[in-house]
Amino acid sequence: MTQYLIRRFLLALLTIFGVTIVIFVAMRVLPGDPLAMIYGEGQGIYVLSEEEVAAARASLGLDKPLYQQYLSWMVDVAKGDLGHSFWVDTPISDTILRRGPITAQIALISITLAWLIGIPAGIISAMWRETWLDYILRFFVTLFMAIPSFWLGLAMVLFTVLFLNWRPSITITQFWDDPRENFLMVIGPSVAMGTGIGAMIARMTRTTVLETLREDYVRTARAKGLKEWSLLMRHVLKNALLPVITLSGLSFAALLGGAVAVEKAFGFPGLGSALAQGAVERDWMMVQNLTLLFAVIFVFINLFIDILYAWVDPRIRYS
Amino acid sequence: MSTPAATIDQTSDPKAPIQSLNFGQGLWSAVSSFAKTSPMGAISALFLLLLALVTLFADQIAPYHPFEADFGALRQAPSAQHWLGTDNLGRDVLSRLIHGGRISLAVAVVSTLLSKIVGLAWGVLTGYVGSTFDLVSQRIVDILLAFPGIILAMLLLSALGGGFTTVVVAITLLSIAGTVRVIRSVVLSVKSMAYVESAQAIGATSLRVMVQHITPQCIAPILVLTSASLGGAIFAEAALSFLGLGIPQPTPSWGNMLGGILANQFRPQWWLVIFPGLTITLTILAFNLVGDALRDHLDPRLKGRIN
Repeated sequence: MTQYLIRRFLLALLTIFGVTIVIFVAMRVLPGDPLAMIYGEGQGIYVLSEEEVAAARASLGLDKPLYQQYLSWMVDVAKGDLGHSFWVDTPISDTILRRGPITAQIALISITLAWLIGIPAGIISAMWRETWLDYILRFFVTLFMAIPSFWLGLAMVLFTVLFLNWRPSITITQFWDDPRENFLMVIGPSVAMGTGIGAMIARMTRTTVLETLREDYVRTARAKGLKEWSLLMRHVLKNALLPVITLSGLSFAALLGGAVAVEKAFGFPGLGSALAQGAVERDWMMVQNLTLLFAVIFVFINLFIDILYAWVDPRIRYS
Repeated sequence: MSTPAATIDQTSDPKAPIQSLNFGQGLWSAVSSFAKTSPMGAISALFLLLLALVTLFADQIAPYHPFEADFGALRQAPSAQHWLGTDNLGRDVLSRLIHGGRISLAVAVVSTLLSKIVGLAWGVLTGYVGSTFDLVSQRIVDILLAFPGIILAMLLLSALGGGFTTVVVAITLLSIAGTVRVIRSVVLSVKSMAYVESAQAIGATSLRVMVQHITPQCIAPILVLTSASLGGAIFAEAALSFLGLGIPQPTPSWGNMLGGILANQFRPQWWLVIFPGLTITLTILAFNLVGDALRDHLDPRLKGRIN
């Protein structure tokens, strides 16, 4: 197990190294200089002379060779210096500290919602397969897998604005300041994301429970006269829910990636909308470091899930 | 995912024939047998065909020009003149949906074709050749999959700017890695089968084995993945354009029609939110249903692997 742990950890570090290279190439090597928005031909906000452009590039360190630029970025990140936003002079680490908690909150609430809805729905669907109950559940699962989470968010905001005359707040209220206000703020995005992920989990659960129900040992248990309910609880669920753990990796991808558009739909001032705004405004440091943050979190969540899976199921460790 | 096919196939009867893609038996009978076994899939396919035709003949069908602003009719609710209402510049929503569909569907089709062709070739090669090439490929796939959701596409579009070509490239990159993974696992399970080994034994070259003996086994999974990817690409385009990173205005796309409505208006117009969103949802739903039907029809063994 130790060997497995070490190997997985090193692979994760290698992946993160690759991620930094991809980000660096996208932001610095591809055309679309961070300064292009300011001095860009005809479309820029200001017109700068050649010398002024060169001076601006030098002040940002963009005149140095690429490998030096990469190294200084990495050194800064290692030191915990995530740089400043290009447009407003706030340190990016401040943005992360202020906006991170509420984004983490919606991630946590929506994944909890998704599991609370998805797993029972999947089990019910499998136990009462091919009945009207199963058909209704599957209809909703198929539907919610197709609805884009950000559009569900837009529709929810539309509903509250038109019928309840209430608009989600655009200022940050942390949980420790005012729990009620904070709840009103995070519940919308959490529901918009949780339903789609819950549908994904329900579908997966149904498949795995059905597969487990066909196993020989389940048939044996049933032949011994075990009631369906205790069969499910004692024999089926333990094995059926294992693959669902792996799926939680996928659901975190949907969560972290989906958060960007969902936050934007609600006007929610989280990390996702900071990244979206940064990308539109070509706020290069913001995009570089927030993308890195999202990827690092995602890689480590997946590492954790892999280890959990190997710990529960020894067959994985030796493959 | 390197489990041999025999152990994956625990649930279905091993003797049951697997439907192959036999176009020789006549396209019509293939289509009618598909429609019989999965009516939902057939209905969805019909819907998509209709959608494709409508957007293809957008110029003839759309009642107005998609850019035509009518400042006398700003933000009008659905009426006899404008079936789905007008937007904040007085442009006809229905016409913009039809023209936008052309862009959104084109982005989805082109990016999916690209990612499936590259993913198939890469997956077969890396699965069959193995060794260092496979090791490096696997790491590249890991890196591409380390960016959750649409974030990799956002990164690229932030640098390159929006537009048809860049959106296609960005969305292609999103789905290549997943395709390589699935195809590689299929190749690994097929590689050690007796018929492949006998082909190698009688002296077939690696290229010949890959093209003649391995690739045909990947066609069914590729078709299933294609359908799922098309839905995924519609979603990705919608989300990216909604964020303002995808197809720029005034060209309509299903995604950018949703952008900025709620943020900019005190009392938003419901038709500007509901109709584009419903169109996107129905299209993704149809692609998903066709994908499910194809999977059940072509190869029931894929059930656990492509979800």
